[in-house]
Amino acid sequence: MIHFVVHDEHDSVGVVVVEGVKAGQKLNGWIMDQDKDIQVEAKSDIPIGHKLAIKPLKNGDTVIKYGVDIGKTIAPVAVGEHTHVQNLRTKRW
Amino acid sequence: MDLKKSTFWGYKRENGRIGVRNHVVILPVDDLSNAAAEAVANNIKGAIALSHPYGRLQFGADLDLHFRTLIGTGSNPNVAAVVVICIEDQWAKKVADGIAATGKPVAYFGIEQHGDHDTIMRASKKAKEFVQWASELRREERPVRDLWVSTKCGESDTTSGCGANPTVGNAFDKLYPHGVTLAFGETTELTGGEHLVIQRCRNDEVKKKFQFMFDRYQAVVEAHKTSDLRDSQPTKGNIAGGLTTIEEKALGNIQKIGRECLVDGVLDKAEAPTGPGLWFMDSSSAAAEMVTLVAAAGYTVHFFPTGQGNVIGNPILPVIKLCANPRTVRTMSEHIDVDVSGLLRKEMTPDQAGDALLDCMFRTANGRLTAAEALGHREFVLTRLYESA
Repeated sequence: MIHFVVHDEHDSVGVVVVEGVKAGQKLNGWIMDQDKDIQVEAKSDIPIGHKLAIKPLKNGDTVIKYGVDIGKTIAPVAVGEHTHVQNLRTKRW
Repeated sequence: MDLKKSTFWGYKRENGRIGVRNHVVILPVDDLSNAAAEAVANNIKGAIALSHPYGRLQFGADLDLHFRTLIGTGSNPNVAAVVVICIEDQWAKKVADGIAATGKPVAYFGIEQHGDHDTIMRASKKAKEFVQWASELRREERPVRDLWVSTKCGESDTTSGCGANPTVGNAFDKLYPHGVTLAFGETTELTGGEHLVIQRCRNDEVKKKFQFMFDRYQAVVEAHKTSDLRDSQPTKGNIAGGLTTIEEKALGNIQKIGRECLVDGVLDKAEAPTGPGLWFMDSSSAAAEMVTLVAAAGYTVHFFPTGQGNVIGNPILPVIKLCANPRTVRTMSEHIDVDVSGLLRKEMTPDQAGDALLDCMFRTANGRLTAAEALGHREFVLTRLYESA
């Protein structure tokens, strides 16, 4: 069963595609562009459609999705942690 | 899907364009004429009134856009005939003349010196004539290149970028080589991915024009923003769906133009393209505004991917909704025409998803009502550039 998908193997985050992911759950991921599998343990409860980090991120790091810069962290983020407005922000506007 | 010999059944209009709907439109030029237009549409079954709140004391580029949008809407080949109503006779004539250039039947009525009652009676007689005439028009078989297909996504979430938007991209890549006229837009929602669009522009002239439109919209944002745009872009719905930044939203958005087709030209708001290929239209990212603008440019079928579940429709342009979010497909099934949630379970390939969308496109073009049409979604929303005088 696929719990989350990743666009590109160089991405820092994946997207949860099932409902009800809980902290501590072992998650199966699918890296779409390279068609590879990846396993991550969820560090937070993560709603469907929300992101989790698949690489450790320091405060201020650039976050990559689709192989492209989507903003920077405003707090450190551990692998498996919910990555959203509380720790990721735009570099624009 | 082999599109080489694919055909659909459409209505050939007087100017050669092919429509997939056969609407008789009652078109108010201004807010004051809505009541009369709605009364006519109520009197005459099969006629639809396109009410809107604008049209008085606009000036300059904003007024030009108003006229371009109204004339374009009436000229769309999904419209068989038009009754124009305005408080003033002269502007009614101006809009009617613009539409009449396509050769389709148009009549116009001014309310001043007549009042609503007399105007409604005269306009209703004309509308009845048009509806009965249009009801005898017959569809004919046409090649796929006669379709004009636009796209815009809404209430996007992260599943839009993984599933629904790449499905539109797959369909666009398949339609493009067959000479179909395609469009995308949403200028601010390319922010963070504008370099990717520029890379896809056919030549330097197109690149320059795209950059001009992009910078022009960024200047509007800069001039009016109070802090930043994080309160409205991404929207609350986007954020609830897991999208965090405008860059992330933009990169998902850009999946809609596929991987192969090139951007052949750039259009101003509601401007009609001059040939086949993929066109970028400078436009708001608000769903109903953007769809109204592409309808006014002459597009006849629309692909609308959603994540969290947008319910939008348009009075004259059939809006096909597709979704890859299994929760939305479950909770809002009556709004979704094409379910591509199997993509995220690896139960469907991108190629199969694209074909499913194209299959729905042909059925819609042939006359099947979309979810939005069946549910009565007829959002007609004019774009304003600035205050009235």
